Amino acid sequence: MTTTQAAPERESDDYLPAAVKETRADRIVLVCNYTALGLFSLAVLYPLVYVLSAAFSEPKNVQSGEVWLWPVGLSLESFRSIFDYDGIVRGFGNSVVYAIGGALLATALTLLAAYPLSRRDLPGKGLILGLFLFTMMFNGGLIPNYLVVDRTGLLDTRWAMILPTAMAVWNVIITRTYFQTTIPEDLAEAARMDGCNDLGFFWRVVLPLSKPIIAVNLLFYAVAQWNSWFNALIYLTSEHLFPLQLVLRQILVQSNVDPSQVRDVAELVRMKELQEQLKFSLIVIATIPPLLIYPFVQKHFVKGAMVGSLKG
Amino acid sequence: MATEMLERAPAATTAPRPVRKHTLGLRARMRKHWQLYLMLALPLVWLAIFAYWPMYGAIIAFKDYNVIDGILGSRWVGLKHFERFVESYQFWRLIKNTLVLHGYELLVTFPLPIILALGLNLARRRWYRRSVQMITYAPHFISTVVVVGLIVVLVDPNTGVLNQFLGLFGVGPIEVLSNPDWFRHLYVWSAAWQTMGFSAIIYLAALTSVSPEQHEAAIVDGASRLRRVWHVDLPAIRPVAVILLILNIGSIMSVGFEKVLLLQNPLNLQTSEVIDTYVYKLGFVSQIPQFSYAAAIGLFRSLVGLVLLVVANTLARRFAKSSLW
Repeated sequence: MTTTQAAPERESDDYLPAAVKETRADRIVLVCNYTALGLFSLAVLYPLVYVLSAAFSEPKNVQSGEVWLWPVGLSLESFRSIFDYDGIVRGFGNSVVYAIGGALLATALTLLAAYPLSRRDLPGKGLILGLFLFTMMFNGGLIPNYLVVDRTGLLDTRWAMILPTAMAVWNVIITRTYFQTTIPEDLAEAARMDGCNDLGFFWRVVLPLSKPIIAVNLLFYAVAQWNSWFNALIYLTSEHLFPLQLVLRQILVQSNVDPSQVRDVAELVRMKELQEQLKFSLIVIATIPPLLIYPFVQKHFVKGAMVGSLKG
Repeated sequence: MATEMLERAPAATTAPRPVRKHTLGLRARMRKHWQLYLMLALPLVWLAIFAYWPMYGAIIAFKDYNVIDGILGSRWVGLKHFERFVESYQFWRLIKNTLVLHGYELLVTFPLPIILALGLNLARRRWYRRSVQMITYAPHFISTVVVVGLIVVLVDPNTGVLNQFLGLFGVGPIEVLSNPDWFRHLYVWSAAWQTMGFSAIIYLAALTSVSPEQHEAAIVDGASRLRRVWHVDLPAIRPVAVILLILNIGSIMSVGFEKVLLLQNPLNLQTSEVIDTYVYKLGFVSQIPQFSYAAAIGLFRSLVGLVLLVVANTLARRFAKSSLW
């Protein structure tokens, strides 16, 4: 998928013209390369497969170390107990809201910023671009950011999760580069002669031509929102607003299962046994949504990200 | 910027006039594009509030901030907080931990994606490349909390698969998480695990710009596979690599703070306390939040980062002939 812009991909092994014979050294290099790539992938894959198998196994088999690759003694117990834990279900819902809301808002802002900045005929463009770029290299820091969120009255509201991170300058740059490379400047001029103004041109010509980069932005922002927890930690105090990741942090990292969150005592006892198991299934559940979205946008995303980053 | 502005000045409305640069004055050109400025309005408002207001707010580092008087009303104290930080016993430990952690991270996570990209580029079997790529960049989409959760589960002294594996060789359970010696390795190698595949994308993109003719010419000249990687592929990546290296050096003072905070516990503080986590604790965890002192340390960190970025860029421009600006 990465060579789509280059010469048509060849199934055969190299650029070798048929007449040139492959040397032995070359063949060894090739074999080593395939082996190394395989090992790389296995190293990345193993923890994921292990966690997946453990999540579906009988708790006692995991504790005793019988599980190392495939599930042993299939069990869905731990997945069921997840749904008894109020914080997780609520956190999941909150995260969905933050991810969708955040992605829509951020993508809109990014497109609005990127298009004018991609136009070479915009007076003062350099200055405005400079304002954007400077924020990538310098920022006020944690405490001043917190004070701003406090001052604007966003503290402990859903907006605190969405607004302060609503635009990533890096994405603006990538999107701007996309516009520059795919929308010819003369097109805007031609549209103007036909009586189409800048806003109309943006709405009727630019946006329809930019589906890949819009998809990339939505995906980036949604995943970032889904995975974020630190802003929630400092900006939110009401538990009913907590995103999933913050709840996960309590259970996965700090190993705290809050008894008041559990519905009855029998549940609590069972929970103690299941606690280790719960971690595995939580990891699986929390990881599924981003991994599910990404194959759908992947083809856009590799293309968009590449076009954007290469010439940026 | 100036030259860019001049390039397309001609007004489309008065067609027959010979096209000259500067047919419209600056003000007229700005009026012509008022809709573009309108589009920029919202993003600029956002930038003003959430990027530049905090920069202005950073002046509390030079004041004794208190809630009642606010940022403006609080008393100026000059460099008091900076001096206090530099003289504190924490100072060298924090600087050392921050630099060592990020330096180590850079040493591992900078070359790995390049190697992966070169390897992928060398492999021509389509399905193989695709699967390796799919697998290696999946972890990029996993959240920091979950990655740390994974680590916690895998290295658990009783049930973790790592210690069970070591147990096979009679090596007793190791308390990885509470051991300061292990913290850096854990942090760096999990970062490599998570980012390697995704970071390789940008290098793969650079490699697609190498024309097949270059390779064919090299083959005709009798170059081996390895030689071609070295003399054809690597130079193609170099500009991108230099830019990423500069950016990395610029952020050397701000290590992946969220993950450090998650992996941290009272037992491994000796190596895991970095500037950012210290600022967080001063501002949000301690009984009496010391906003001004914390802001001063944060500002110190940002300024050092900015200086490093400028220095790295200057060096790169001089020696590697490519740079950020």
